[in-house]
Amino acid sequence: MPSAPTPATEVRNDRAEPRKNGRRFDPHRFGPVVGLLLLLIVGTALNPDFATWDNLMNVLTRTAFIGIISIGMCFVIISGGIDLSVGSMAALIAGGMILLMNALAGSVGSPVAVVMLGMLFALLLGGGFGLAHGYLITRGRIEPFIVTLGTLGIFRAVLTWLADGGAITLDNDLSDAYGPVYYGSLLGIPVPVWVFLAVSVAGAVLLNRTAFGRYVQAIGSNEQVARFAAVDVDRVKLLTYGLLGVCVGVATVLYVPRLGSASPTTGLLWELEAIAAVIVGGTSFKGGEGRIAGTVIGAVLLSVISNILNLTSIISVYLNAAVQGCVIIAVAFLQRRRP
Amino acid sequence: MSEVARYTRRMVLGTGLAMAATVALGGIAFAADTVKLGVSIPAATHGFTGGIVWWANQAKAELEKAHPNLKITVKTASGAPEQANQLQDLVTVTKIDSLVIFPFESAALTQPVMQAKKKNVYVTVVDRGLTDTSAQDAYIAGDNTAFGRIPAEYIAKKYNGKANIVALRGIPTTLDNERWEAFTGVLKQYPDIKILDGKYANWNRDDAFKVTQDFLTRFKDIDVVWAADDDMAFGVLKAIEQAKRTDIKEVFGGAGSKTMVKTILDGSNPLIRADVSYSPKFIYDAIKMTAEARLKGDKLPATYIIPSALITKENAKEFYFPDSPY
Repeated sequence: MPSAPTPATEVRNDRAEPRKNGRRFDPHRFGPVVGLLLLLIVGTALNPDFATWDNLMNVLTRTAFIGIISIGMCFVIISGGIDLSVGSMAALIAGGMILLMNALAGSVGSPVAVVMLGMLFALLLGGGFGLAHGYLITRGRIEPFIVTLGTLGIFRAVLTWLADGGAITLDNDLSDAYGPVYYGSLLGIPVPVWVFLAVSVAGAVLLNRTAFGRYVQAIGSNEQVARFAAVDVDRVKLLTYGLLGVCVGVATVLYVPRLGSASPTTGLLWELEAIAAVIVGGTSFKGGEGRIAGTVIGAVLLSVISNILNLTSIISVYLNAAVQGCVIIAVAFLQRRRP
Repeated sequence: MSEVARYTRRMVLGTGLAMAATVALGGIAFAADTVKLGVSIPAATHGFTGGIVWWANQAKAELEKAHPNLKITVKTASGAPEQANQLQDLVTVTKIDSLVIFPFESAALTQPVMQAKKKNVYVTVVDRGLTDTSAQDAYIAGDNTAFGRIPAEYIAKKYNGKANIVALRGIPTTLDNERWEAFTGVLKQYPDIKILDGKYANWNRDDAFKVTQDFLTRFKDIDVVWAADDDMAFGVLKAIEQAKRTDIKEVFGGAGSKTMVKTILDGSNPLIRADVSYSPKFIYDAIKMTAEARLKGDKLPATYIIPSALITKENAKEFYFPDSPY
């Protein structure tokens, strides 16, 4: 578990102490969980179909993309950075991998092999884009906000250009071979949910049990001090963006088989959802500390809200966004830090 | 021998054509020496606007070829302020004398268009009307009422006035409201047709998928999904396929995208039987009508509504444009 309960002091030079205090009960830490539980109760009360297994699996499956991206985003935000381009990046990776797979379909025999190559390509492309961000930010000394705002436009524009303004669609045979990656399930749980779970566990271990994770937190709480403590700040930052890029790649690998197409509206506003999930989950926007478990809950919470709104019609559809806004603010209030 | 004959024939034909062209050009030149037409449209951000851009460029290519004294400049903008700036450039730098504009927003572009008109630019407004209609010479639009009315009438007739319907809506706009009111207006006359609910899915495939999943969880007996857009229909079909629901008999999209029209033409999906046309081709029609009228020195009718039609297997061929991206 993360070393959260100490207030975000500017310098955290004693690593042993927060861990000792980490076991102390702090109600604010459970804000997102409480919020989610309340939503689950409200949802069930409004429509009994809400609590069915199928509906819960629907919600978790559709959360998987944003959830996986949020875990990568969590690292970037903890290190004091930001990435606004993830939605556009996902769209471009989706378009690129579909074009590649369609092109390979003729020359490579089995559709499964083509799909495997496509997936590999998506991960490499994601990692590559992430590292490119990292280089521009660390070597180029450009603010992450600007770098990723720039690529937000670039990625989406390139996809729109590739798609000729329309949609890029996966060939039917490939679509059938690829479908199970989204629609299939293992032990009754859909594949994307398993992947989401695996990425979450890996993220939590990486953040809390490895030197890399500690460096990320150290850089976020005070970059200068981290530098004096002989942390290779540039390398760690570079890797956080690379990691986020790979996460976007994984999310895209799961996304593409759902509709088998990429269009200029793919991944629209995912960056805001991912950032919101991270912050609602209790990570400090200023960096320095954060929680993977909270991020996962934050992501689930955001999609539960829209699920409940779709399952009921007590509130005018014009007010959907307002309800979402109220819940986000309320949950953030529940998990607020002491000043 | 035959070579020579063919050569001569080609010469004769060529001369004939050239003469005809000279005569025709002479006639046109009498009305207006040259026409500089500016076209201002939204940038391609989704399927429909992608189609708009494609059809605008198609019109430019065809018309400039047919009329050497016509010069068309196409500008795409990604927002109302950018469009207003482009409009100024078109008037002051390109010195256009005619304008075809598909405004991003009615209110924000009324003043900029008025400024252009004051400089004697002939203005044709497409799709979204300006708030002050004196700023436009002609208005050409698709029929949003029919976009909602046609599917409603089709469903009422096909299901004998008895069906459970769920509906998707686009983005909250007047355009969406017009369609929705037309749709619900027709169905009010059929007491046994129930619209179970209508939710916004933002003309977006992914949102349509999610909203449909939730509709399927919530309603156990659905006959028809009015997806109200072909992109959204795509997401709806995937959600139905995933849930393996067999109660749904039909999904009705809207706009007549080429993949949907092809599906209807081939009869390849039992859920897709009909569509309503609302083609981005209207920008092509608008440019063509404006350019030809201006070349002759004519005026266009003040309002011209391009009718929406029901597309079924019988007439789908007329609505299939394989080269268009949409």
